[in-house]
Amino acid sequence: MDSGDTAFMLVASALVMLMTPGLALFYGGLVRSKNVLGTMLQSFICLGVVSILWVLGGYSLAFGPDVGLFIGNLDWFALNAVGTAPGPYSDSIPHLVFCAFQLMFAILTPALITGAFAERLKFSAFMAFTILWSLLVYAPVCHWVWGGGWLAKLGALDFAGGTVIHINSGVAALAAALVVGKRKGYQREPFPPHNLPMTVLGAGLLWFGWFGFNAGSALSAGEIAALAFLNTQVATGAGAVSWILAEWVRLGKPTTLGAATGVLAGLVAITPAAGFVGPVSAVVIGLVAGVVCYGAVIAKERLGYDDSLDVVGVHGVGGLWGALATGLFASTAANPDGVNGLFFGNAHQFFIQAVGAAAALVYSFVLSWVLFKLIDAVIGLRVPLEDEVQGLDLTQHSETGYTWT
Amino acid sequence: MRKIEAIIKPFKLDDVKEALNALGVTGMTVSEVKGFGRQKGHREVYRGAEYVVEFQPKLKLEIVVDSELTERVVDAILKIARTGKIGDGKIFVFPVEEVIRIRTGESGAGAI
Repeated sequence: MDSGDTAFMLVASALVMLMTPGLALFYGGLVRSKNVLGTMLQSFICLGVVSILWVLGGYSLAFGPDVGLFIGNLDWFALNAVGTAPGPYSDSIPHLVFCAFQLMFAILTPALITGAFAERLKFSAFMAFTILWSLLVYAPVCHWVWGGGWLAKLGALDFAGGTVIHINSGVAALAAALVVGKRKGYQREPFPPHNLPMTVLGAGLLWFGWFGFNAGSALSAGEIAALAFLNTQVATGAGAVSWILAEWVRLGKPTTLGAATGVLAGLVAITPAAGFVGPVSAVVIGLVAGVVCYGAVIAKERLGYDDSLDVVGVHGVGGLWGALATGLFASTAANPDGVNGLFFGNAHQFFIQAVGAAAALVYSFVLSWVLFKLIDAVIGLRVPLEDEVQGLDLTQHSETGYTWT
Repeated sequence: MRKIEAIIKPFKLDDVKEALNALGVTGMTVSEVKGFGRQKGHREVYRGAEYVVEFQPKLKLEIVVDSELTERVVDAILKIARTGKIGDGKIFVFPVEEVIRIRTGESGAGAI
């Protein structure tokens, strides 16, 4: 056990925790004022619900002893055998610290999906989905990549969760948008964000917390954490710059929301690569992410599905780009314990990355689709039309975000 | 007596107020309003989705003056509030039957 590593990982875990309320602010600002609380609560309550799931069985399913390279078993139910002694994933920190760090990821991921069905889903349906999805989709995919599952055996690289968190949530978001359906008035009336300053604050907190997310994924306060930290910063800045440049060229003006969204695109894209690539590659990954995700968000308008807050365009497409980019830019010059990617003479890694991304894509899409259909049949997904028009804050929670005097 | 209602661009308020004070106009009521004429709306862009917002923010000035002052007040607003670009606003003139000052109960031109 190493006290420096432990201190670093406790702080990193706390930083990742902050991303969820940061996401609540980011999403909350983007919806109409009548839905601000309902939207923020869907992120915020994940801090409660997923924490309970994680202690009971979530952690064991994701990281417990392997069953068929697909999922963990329930030997660690109720954190049995998960204690203060170092665990199998790191010699230098208490097993409980690793468990807590991973819990923060497990909380954030379902919270990300809520952006897809914002402004129309019943809170009860959201709760049912979050519980089932965390256990049936998040835990297995997490196990495949980080828990010693088949993608880990295959050699797929995912430093901090491009596949586990962003492709996974982005694809679930696509299933959500397709099954739940469009908001009333979508593409006929504007749904302008009600508070963009709040969204920018949320983006800032996400960026800040992401240092814990990426640097912490090194699991020690050493060279690779330093690499991941710097890569996170430069790729994210590049994402913001390239998004507003793309807007500027296309529509004549750079926008604040564009910069905030470009930040997210850069963060998402660098996540799987953060500890495997050099800083110049990170800038390129961020620059491409801003433009690609902007294109994906515009494509949504044309394709006509209603992913309210662009989870598919930013997390799905950004995560996919990041996973593939890891297979392009990974370099043993940056991380001697890593591998080389396509641009450094190892085309096979790119192939592995594509397999990993495709597996998460298919699995998450199919399971998420089935879960939404199932919940729709049992308790119903959407609020009544009248409640949707009135706003979810009042009709689902009997409160309002703002009192106008 | 006449009531002059002028819809103007917000940034012109101070200049118009000064010009009317100089003419001897003693009071006015100003409201923030929204509306559109031939100018129509403006464009807002959120992540590539464009919205046309029809209503533009404007100010509405309500000024009651003695009939003989009407023309000079209208001329002053015309001169000051004009930028020559679309969306400068409009002026409406109404007849006023009676004006009564609540504090004293006096009425007619003296109550303006």
